[in-house]
Amino acid sequence: MAQAPALPRGFELPLEQRLPRIGSIDQVAVEARAGELAKRSIKKDAKVWALELALRCCDLTTLEGQDTPGKVAALCSKAIRPDPSDPNVPSVAAICVYPNLVPTAKERLAGSGVKVASVSTYFPSGQAPLDVKVRDVENAVAMGADEIDMVIDRGAFLSGRYAKVFDEIVRVKEACGDAHLKVILEVAELGTYDNVRRASLVAMAAGGDFIKTSTGKLPGAATLPVQLVMLEAIRDVYEETGRKVGMKPAGGIRTAKNAIQYLVSVHETLGPDWLTPDLYRIGASSLVNDILMQLRKEKTGAYQSKDYFTND
Amino acid sequence: MTEVEKRQDRSPVPTGWTYAPAPESTDVVKLRERYGLYIGGEWLTAKEHFTTISPRDESPLAEVGQASVADVESAVAAAREAFESWSTLAGSERAKYMFRIARILAERSREFAVLESLNGGKPIKESRDVDLPLAAAHFFYYAGWADKLEYAFPNRRPRPLGVAGQIIPWNFPLLMLSWKIAPALAAGNTVVLKPAETTPLTALLFCDVLRQAELPAGVVNIVTGDGRTGAALVDSGVDKIAFTGSTEVGKAIQRHIAGTGKRLTLELGGKAANIVFDDCAIDQTIEGIVNGIYFNQGHVCCAGSRLLVQESIYEPVVDKLKRRMATLRVGDPLDKNTDVGAINSKVQLERIEELVEAGKNEGAELFQTPCQLPEKGYWFAPTVFTNVAQSYRIAQEEIFGPVLSVLTFRTPEEAVEKANNTPYGLSAGVWTEKGSRILWMAERLRAGVIWANTFNRFDPASPFGGYKESGFGREGGLHGLEPYLAFDTETFGG
Repeated sequence: MAQAPALPRGFELPLEQRLPRIGSIDQVAVEARAGELAKRSIKKDAKVWALELALRCCDLTTLEGQDTPGKVAALCSKAIRPDPSDPNVPSVAAICVYPNLVPTAKERLAGSGVKVASVSTYFPSGQAPLDVKVRDVENAVAMGADEIDMVIDRGAFLSGRYAKVFDEIVRVKEACGDAHLKVILEVAELGTYDNVRRASLVAMAAGGDFIKTSTGKLPGAATLPVQLVMLEAIRDVYEETGRKVGMKPAGGIRTAKNAIQYLVSVHETLGPDWLTPDLYRIGASSLVNDILMQLRKEKTGAYQSKDYFTND
Repeated sequence: MTEVEKRQDRSPVPTGWTYAPAPESTDVVKLRERYGLYIGGEWLTAKEHFTTISPRDESPLAEVGQASVADVESAVAAAREAFESWSTLAGSERAKYMFRIARILAERSREFAVLESLNGGKPIKESRDVDLPLAAAHFFYYAGWADKLEYAFPNRRPRPLGVAGQIIPWNFPLLMLSWKIAPALAAGNTVVLKPAETTPLTALLFCDVLRQAELPAGVVNIVTGDGRTGAALVDSGVDKIAFTGSTEVGKAIQRHIAGTGKRLTLELGGKAANIVFDDCAIDQTIEGIVNGIYFNQGHVCCAGSRLLVQESIYEPVVDKLKRRMATLRVGDPLDKNTDVGAINSKVQLERIEELVEAGKNEGAELFQTPCQLPEKGYWFAPTVFTNVAQSYRIAQEEIFGPVLSVLTFRTPEEAVEKANNTPYGLSAGVWTEKGSRILWMAERLRAGVIWANTFNRFDPASPFGGYKESGFGREGGLHGLEPYLAFDTETFGG
């Protein structure tokens, strides 16, 4: 089969297959479809099932300048045991912190099964030389991070230098070693669904284990249509190569109802195989308490005040 | 980790998410045991009755009157009597009644949506999100024209025709009612409407709305019944017939009223081509294909029942389409998560089954949504035929069910040729990211409605109607007023 000469390493799919598959996204139609999926009515057992899964898929996140070991330790306890009154409520998937706080988190979470994710590569802007970014990743991994959440170089992407974006991801993936790599596209800066699709394909072709919507540092982070575009890209890669790439929406998912809509979209786009923390994560901070509140409502039939749920 | 934390649940991630049933409650609908005929603002008793059922489980819902020739004549007489005052009422006053009807429909939309799904079998999410909002929108839209007819048709002195006889189909019972009644009333006509035999209930409930809106007696009359009632209405002293239904019946009506001076508009069948180019946004196109043919179980005259795919993209389109079809949820129309509901009637189900059998025998390859169909009621799994030749019956005849035939083409010229090579011409779809090609195709496709990168999208401001055996006359928009008006500039007709 013909090979395209000017393509970056790892992106050399056969030309015939690739041409139609990079494809484009129709904004109106993708938003309509996402809106339809959001209307699914999830009740009773199906709701409890989804709430517990959403909790298991949470990356409980704190990414602030004011983060301290104390704050992170508290968050770790919450991650292991989100509802202190009910040990049947499962732990979250991971906690997500800045590199400096990885050792604290690692220590507090040892033996719990909850993973430690570290943001990296000059998060959130990614505007630093590649060797600095790679060192950033190596440090985080050395300190014990199980997962690395990197940002792509949006400046390079938007100026059309896709190869630079691709090469950086390849280098970061090498630096990750055994750590899982989540590639943050920062969709709010990409501007179009076409760009979201392209960036998703670049990130997956370069070796990302997960693709992630946002840093959470900008308004207009994860949305249902954006996730749908990314899920469809994941599906295309799976159908062509058999490789399963994970999905992580982050930023702006604050209610249990909204989280269930995200799960429905995954369920009906990628199928049940993706409904596991191995392949699906939700980056969130305030979501956990709303899930707990809804779970308790399903169990007791009554809503309780926010004061009955710990903030961290 | 502390001792307390060690006691935390470590069970494996559960698998297998099944949506719990989410039935819409039917309590909101209060049905009478027996319905009469709504004539001159009163409920009159018919001599004969028939039972209307729910196609989801074949359970009887109510007894409905079978209007006789005499009943139809008295309905036309009531409409004739009401015409005098209604046609001379100020347009702004007619508009007030119509706005009122629109508002009441919107307010009672849940009740109507549930009844529409009960009696017709369509998924509640469609009655709720499509039929009802559009039905109300049609009354809102045409109410706005009622006092502006002079401006709509400047220097043509528009005036109403008289009594309009309207015969509507079972696929969008209330929506087709509003497509018919709203422009007729705005133009100053009075109406005798016959709902379809299998789906009369929302039209009968609509009579409550007319009373609630205090519409003058006789302006709208509803007579239920089978084909005999329809024939009586065609034969009666109405000034105009507006018919939506099968091409066969449409032709019979046209033959029958030839030479009588009655005006006629026909909105008949279709075999629409949905044309997919290789530069389309493929995942959204798949949604459009699914919406084009499986919306309302394919009981849509403008359904995209012939899929024309450019050969270079044939395989991914068919693969993705089958995968998507496998996720369609077929079942109880009243479940809020149902995508495809029940087939409207036994007769229609048999017709679909016969044509699907023909498709198999002709050599087409069949794929169906894997699903467990309920035992009671009328059901047909969403179906796609590949390897279809243009000459197969399934590519030529209107199936009016959830059955798609896939054909291929190589160039835009060939797509146009294949799309137009049908006795019908109601609608077409074009899927491409290239704007210039959309316009090029739209100029050449002989169809009344052409959608680009969408399908089955309706708006009261947009005219709808067919070419060739799909009928004539337009409904919706300004064009939709014209068939209900006579003009001084004309030398023929009303």
